[in-house]
Amino acid sequence: MALALSIVLIGVLTYLMRVAFIGPSRLSLPPSVERALRFVPPAALAALIVPDLVGHNGALVLTLANPRLIAGVVALVVAWRTRNVAATLIIGMAVFWLLSALLPG
Amino acid sequence: MTTSRTSDALAHTEPSRALLLGARDTLPLLPGTIPFGLIYGATALTVGMPAWLTQMMSIVVFAGSAQFAVVLLVAGGASAVVLVLTAAILNLRHVLYSASLGPTLRDAPRGWRLALAYLLVDEVYGVVIGRMLRLPMRQRVRYMLGSGLTLWIAWQISTLVGILIGARIPAGWSLDFAATLTFIALLVPLLRDRALIGAALIAGVVAALTLAAPLKLGLVVAAVAGIGAGMLLDRWHARRDTSAPPVVSDPRAADHTAPPAATAEEG
Repeated sequence: MALALSIVLIGVLTYLMRVAFIGPSRLSLPPSVERALRFVPPAALAALIVPDLVGHNGALVLTLANPRLIAGVVALVVAWRTRNVAATLIIGMAVFWLLSALLPG
Repeated sequence: MTTSRTSDALAHTEPSRALLLGARDTLPLLPGTIPFGLIYGATALTVGMPAWLTQMMSIVVFAGSAQFAVVLLVAGGASAVVLVLTAAILNLRHVLYSASLGPTLRDAPRGWRLALAYLLVDEVYGVVIGRMLRLPMRQRVRYMLGSGLTLWIAWQISTLVGILIGARIPAGWSLDFAATLTFIALLVPLLRDRALIGAALIAGVVAALTLAAPLKLGLVVAAVAGIGAGMLLDRWHARRDTSAPPVVSDPRAADHTAPPAATAEEG
């Protein structure tokens, strides 16, 4: 139930952000805020990606025995070279499954 | 040449046809959207989200990256506070779209503006921003509605099909990792200049260092640190370049129109 309420709240907040400047208001965005917003997508995405690649039960695992880290780095290179979401996903998952099968635990 | 001919045709078209043209212009984006919907639906189920909630999020939130983030965080056992904060931060970019479209919709009827706001997602913004101004208002709102509805329908159906697929995928496949890979594919094209790369790097490093923070709050701290780092880099870069002629740094100009100016900034 907490999850359902969180999702509703996220939906309401998202709608408020979308309607902020095309709804009833006649506001416009200060240039400094506009400059800050430019950095939101890369910062937020990186903050989501990195813990999933380097973390395991709350501890840093920066070793070659971490399949998520290796597959993530490979996916980064594939995304860089191809700019192709499908290729990034397929190759990333393939490397991840292969390493998971090879490495014990 | 093709674009100018199309926009002339748009300006003189029937309002009802503007709806279809908006839909038609959105079709090329669907091969990029549908796989996201499929993966979202499938991963949400494999991390244990109920099917109805998975579909409800596609309707209530209707923003791919925030929905993926919720799935990833549910898999990691994050608290409701972190779920809401992270999704809200990821969705902040919509404020920028809203501010950008605001003037073009200023004279539209109130009901239209409130409805179109719900459909203002990345892809729709990308489709309509270039063409909206060239259209009379009656066609303008219908053009955006056509684009938004097309994307909405594709998103709902692909979510549903993803849910049906996800119900048959064993949890041992760790399909939740697909959410992280999707984020990587979304992040890389955003890294267009040093300040943007710096924002991502600092956010990533801080996120790694704050892994053990309770309730995954480190994630929020990391995002804020990254945004701050990007702004500092921007300011530092601007100060270093004061001897050169002033460069207009409007993010919207870099996105759509002027490729020659954008290449001059690199290197």
